[in-house]
Amino acid sequence: MSVEDHDSFAILDTAPGETSTGEKGVGRAVLGYLVGLGLAILLTATSFYIAGTDLVWTPSIPVALVVLAIAQMGVHLVFFLHITTGTDNTNNVMALAFGVLIVALLIGGSLWIMANLNHNMMPMDQIMQMQR
Amino acid sequence: MTAVPLASAQAVPRHLAGGRHAARSERGPAPKRIVVGYGFWIFLLSDIVMFSAFFASYAVLVGETAGGPTGTQLFDLRSAGIETACLLASSFTCGLASIAAGARDRSWFSIAMAVTCLFGLAFLALELKEFISLIARGAGPSRSAFLSAFFTLVGCHGLHVSAGILWLLTMMAQVFAKGFRADIERRILCFALFWHALDIIWVALFTVVYLMVAGR
Repeated sequence: MSVEDHDSFAILDTAPGETSTGEKGVGRAVLGYLVGLGLAILLTATSFYIAGTDLVWTPSIPVALVVLAIAQMGVHLVFFLHITTGTDNTNNVMALAFGVLIVALLIGGSLWIMANLNHNMMPMDQIMQMQR
Repeated sequence: MTAVPLASAQAVPRHLAGGRHAARSERGPAPKRIVVGYGFWIFLLSDIVMFSAFFASYAVLVGETAGGPTGTQLFDLRSAGIETACLLASSFTCGLASIAAGARDRSWFSIAMAVTCLFGLAFLALELKEFISLIARGAGPSRSAFLSAFFTLVGCHGLHVSAGILWLLTMMAQVFAKGFRADIERRILCFALFWHALDIIWVALFTVVYLMVAGR
């Protein structure tokens, strides 16, 4: 009885990080982690390779690194933390979206404000002269 | 006549009578596993927000070397690469451990957790070695604003990994002593989430701290 109840709820909601070994079997679950590991290794190796190379236009390297890092975070979220876009995962995705919003505001806002202040500030030697 | 089915319907709690097709609001509270996992997910997101503040301060202060050494002169990409490999492998074996826990397999769980622990310790040892060599070269956290931000960010991640290893050993001991009880399983779920989240933070960290600097 209690097992059936748990199953009926398990279909409707998923805890983050939950591996469903029950229905698919251990082999499928391991395969999921293997795919995630393979993709993560590929992305990591690419970013380490790109960082030291001059094969691509040099100013584009930071952008490429950021894109690769975000892609790898996505791979980790889907294959390791099992945050997916399924209907049973809505709460987890909404919480993640809010977290991403705060992170973007915090990092983007800090960089923007500090760059602006830096731009408007007098050079250091002139400030020292005014204080004399 | 109608009194009997009414009475029996009232005897069954509302969320059990609702079943699969009941409206979401009629279903009653979610199982504890989902509530606990969701709550821990919220904590992890708040932890990531805290890390983003450290990332922001590092990004702002990365050029403020006060005449001291820059990241390009200090960082060893090979060591950062090995640290990354250790953490990635430990994340994978941690996933294997949660599969073993789901399959109620004690020996595989212990093996996978032990391997996870070893990779985590290797990561910590490499990081500690890097810190010690930096301080020995006169590039400690008090040298410049850039190095303060670097040690805060990377050290905070290292502290999280250390706490994770303590938690890992606790989970191994608890499974050994008490088996796969429902409450222990919830703790394993939370631990796995924590460990994978640390790997996500490390992805941002090696990109922003090591690789971005190496390109300059």
